[in-house]
Amino acid sequence: MFRHSQIKIGHLYLALFLLYLLLPLGVMGGASLNDSRFPTVYPWMGLTDKWFIALWNDSRMWGALRNSVVVAIGVVLLAVPTGTAAAFVISSMSGTARTILYGALIAPVLAPGAVIGISTLLFWAKLSVPPGLHLSVLGQVSYIASLVMLLVLARLRSLDASLEEAAIDLGASHAQVLRYIVFPHLAPALTASAAVAFFQSMENFNITLFTRGTSSSDTLTVYVFSMVRGGVTPSINALALIIVSVTLLVTTTFALLRQSSKRP
Amino acid sequence: MRVSSHSRNLVPQAISNSADPEKPSEGSVELEHVSCRFGSFRAIEDLSLTIRAGEFFSILGPSGCGKTTILRMISGFIDPSAGTIRIGGEDVRGKRANQRPTSLIFQNLALFPLMRVWENVAFGLEMRRVPRSIRRKRAEELLTLVDLVGAEDKMVSQLSGGQRQRVAIARALAVEPSVMLLDEPLSALDLKLRQHMRAELRSIQKRTGVTFIYITHDQSEALAMSDRVAVMNKGRMLQVAPPHEIYHNPSSGFVAKFVGETNVIEGKLVRIADGFGTVESPLGQHRARVSHNVQGESVALYVRPEHVDVSRQRQGDNAIEARLQDVSFEGSFALVKAVTAHGHVFLVATDNNDLQRLPSNTENVYLHFDEQQAFLLQSDREQCIT
Amino acid sequence: MLIILPNIALIESSFRPYLPLNEIDGPRDSYTLANYQRFLSTPVGFDIFGMSIDVPIHLRIFITTVLYSIFVTAIILIIGYPAAYYMTKTISPSNMAIFFIVLTVPMWVSEILRSFAWFTILSFKGPLNALLIEIGVINSEVRWIRGYYGIIIGLVYTYMLFMVFPLYSSMQSLDKNQIEAAQDLGASWWRTHWRVIVPHCKPGIVSGCVMVFMLSAGSLLVPSLLGSPNSLWFTQTIQQLMLEALDWNTGAAYSLLFLSLCTFVVVAMMWAFKVKLSDITN
Ligand SMILES: Nc1ncnc2c1ncn2[C@@H]1O[C@H](COP(=O)(O)OP(=O)(O)O)[C@@H](O)[C@H]1O
Ligand SMILES: [Mg+2]
Repeated sequence: MFRHSQIKIGHLYLALFLLYLLLPLGVMGGASLNDSRFPTVYPWMGLTDKWFIALWNDSRMWGALRNSVVVAIGVVLLAVPTGTAAAFVISSMSGTARTILYGALIAPVLAPGAVIGISTLLFWAKLSVPPGLHLSVLGQVSYIASLVMLLVLARLRSLDASLEEAAIDLGASHAQVLRYIVFPHLAPALTASAAVAFFQSMENFNITLFTRGTSSSDTLTVYVFSMVRGGVTPSINALALIIVSVTLLVTTTFALLRQSSKRP
Repeated sequence: MRVSSHSRNLVPQAISNSADPEKPSEGSVELEHVSCRFGSFRAIEDLSLTIRAGEFFSILGPSGCGKTTILRMISGFIDPSAGTIRIGGEDVRGKRANQRPTSLIFQNLALFPLMRVWENVAFGLEMRRVPRSIRRKRAEELLTLVDLVGAEDKMVSQLSGGQRQRVAIARALAVEPSVMLLDEPLSALDLKLRQHMRAELRSIQKRTGVTFIYITHDQSEALAMSDRVAVMNKGRMLQVAPPHEIYHNPSSGFVAKFVGETNVIEGKLVRIADGFGTVESPLGQHRARVSHNVQGESVALYVRPEHVDVSRQRQGDNAIEARLQDVSFEGSFALVKAVTAHGHVFLVATDNNDLQRLPSNTENVYLHFDEQQAFLLQSDREQCIT
Repeated sequence: MLIILPNIALIESSFRPYLPLNEIDGPRDSYTLANYQRFLSTPVGFDIFGMSIDVPIHLRIFITTVLYSIFVTAIILIIGYPAAYYMTKTISPSNMAIFFIVLTVPMWVSEILRSFAWFTILSFKGPLNALLIEIGVINSEVRWIRGYYGIIIGLVYTYMLFMVFPLYSSMQSLDKNQIEAAQDLGASWWRTHWRVIVPHCKPGIVSGCVMVFMLSAGSLLVPSLLGSPNSLWFTQTIQQLMLEALDWNTGAAYSLLFLSLCTFVVVAMMWAFKVKLSDITN
């Protein structure tokens, strides 16, 4: 349908668009390898690993990383079961009750993170629970569980009802239906939602900032934030480069795995 | 003038001009040595074609042979890799689809689902900045023309298949094209509606006098509607002729087989004289008309089932001994399957009234055909090599 | 079904004790809302008074935040729409998978790094200044992070893909023949978009705009990293109240205000969207 000139314009636009999306990340990562006092790539002063070494020796960073992982694991453990349960409840309902409950469950996804963080903080303060990473977990779960619910719900919808009926017809108990029909069907969605929950938790900033309490309980994101605010050295860029590379690696392998599993 | 008084006010100036001797070729379309490649794939190869103004012209060919590609080149959605296209005598190279005097009716109609019927019909006028009240009036007139009065304010989704078809035709006519391009527009309809719409399309074409280029893979559709038919295969044009000519005097085995059922006898050409040739095959020697050039020895004799008779006695030269096997009832006629001792299958069309008089399947019978009604062509196998 | 329902009910009840604890499900909203009301009614009366004194500044910040968020949404729509359009039209399905992976990289890299990337680029001693000086466009370093410029650049970059994805998926469902039919009937490029493509993509455009607006207005990271002393975002005001002034009550009141704004935007957009929906089904 397209003439060649239009295709060319399209490709040019998309190339520029990709460049716009990726170049900043490249510049940010590249700056960590530059032997300069400031994070920059342009006056290139030669390759260095000193910012990586500085990062390696930064004990606060390691503490923050540990905190992030602990919180993320906590979030996965809580959000996946609750989100899945919510999806089951929703899918068993119908009519206005369903619409209302659905709206209520979806609200945390749309609500600003800062508001969720504050409401979590205040709610638990009422119950005299002090802020800290445990609150960060709870606050994050409140919206990440909704994400999980959306993913599971989408997958549940594709489950053929007649399949369950056939299984029951063949004498399977409800537990067996769950065990052999429903859960295997949901497995990809559960894996995906665990991954999403983990990543979302790792990168969460707004909720964590309000709920974490003292500055000794930094997560990685909050740590990066405070580093940037208090005088930048390229070691943050080093951290950024590592994170970008890791995500790139994980996403491509994930995508490749999914492609190869789709093919047969 | 083809234009009837009924639709005179609908007839655009450009179309009336087509009957004007000063400008005789307003709606004509010429393709000159046109090729089209997609990457290394050659969709259309060196194709030349002249379509006259006011003609109902069909392009017939199997799926994937490049019919849609031809239409899209004429309408301006793809540029030919080589060759020239002229519409109304004017080279349209570089003109975009929205600048050409053509209207395309898409295979899936492509009506706009978010607009009302009249807005669909008047879309082209809207694009030409015609005021709304005039658009509405024109849409009503066109909907009258296609027999859809009262559907103006419906949504497209509320219409039946045949009605949508009419909306698409009205929408295409609204921009007063010199050439209408129709891409298998009836393929989504059921048989009955399809037959009805055939007649309808033909009559709309007659009334408006617009050139119709009609694409189909259904041979009966092409034969029933068209002034002329072009048969193509694998990006090449095989034959361009009026329907009866295509049917009775095909230029190649492919055309013969594609346009209706036919029986084939492959064999060796032993002699040609007075426009008739003799083929020798394991079934014996048979004579048939030779109207297209035949080169080489390897030939095929074609005879259509309705030109084959069955009898108990051998009569004349063009006879084949066989046994009847199966009868399939086709409504107005019946197709009888006959098998020779060599296992060669022939189809014979008979009147239903003759069914009772057919010999039983235990006795040998003779199949006859008139040498005038059979034709000799170069064998397809030979053609593939050249 | 009669056998499955108790099953689901079983699962549901087994999880129910969790729900209030995590304040995740329906009950949560009523819980927290009650909290807000308590905060607003009893001890907060004083604070609300305090707020009304501050109104000029804070109201101004609030309004600026909303206006700039709308501006950011518009820019993202303008840049993202052609991107989504060309993605659907000029990239073959086989290349799409790989294109998608590349495209989603910034999405997987966290929000903070996306803003930090621009922080690096725009910084005073950063590559952009160095490059421009070298080329000779400017003589001395320019302070890019000035006024709201930094925030806008950062927000546009950070949330671009939240617009592109819904747009892309809605455009993909449009039959290509519709576009060609419009062109065949004489529509120009611009009119084809306006009359055929945009109406079809309205749901995608609406959801993309809602997302981007909410994220922009609710962003704390981007304004904190790329903002200047004279650019304040409403979330920053809330943050100062909560974490620096430790005035939780006002903070809560402001959050509530902010939340209602967001709810209003979503409801308004959904309402507008539903009107269109009923148009379609008519
Ligand atoms: N845009 C395209 N890119 C590559 N190949 C195409 C394209 N359009 C059509 N083709 C190929 O060209 C051939 C002819 O297609 P088409 O004209 O649509 O056939 P028809 O309409 O006769 O069924 C087909 O083999 C098809 O696969
Ligand atoms: Mg076709």
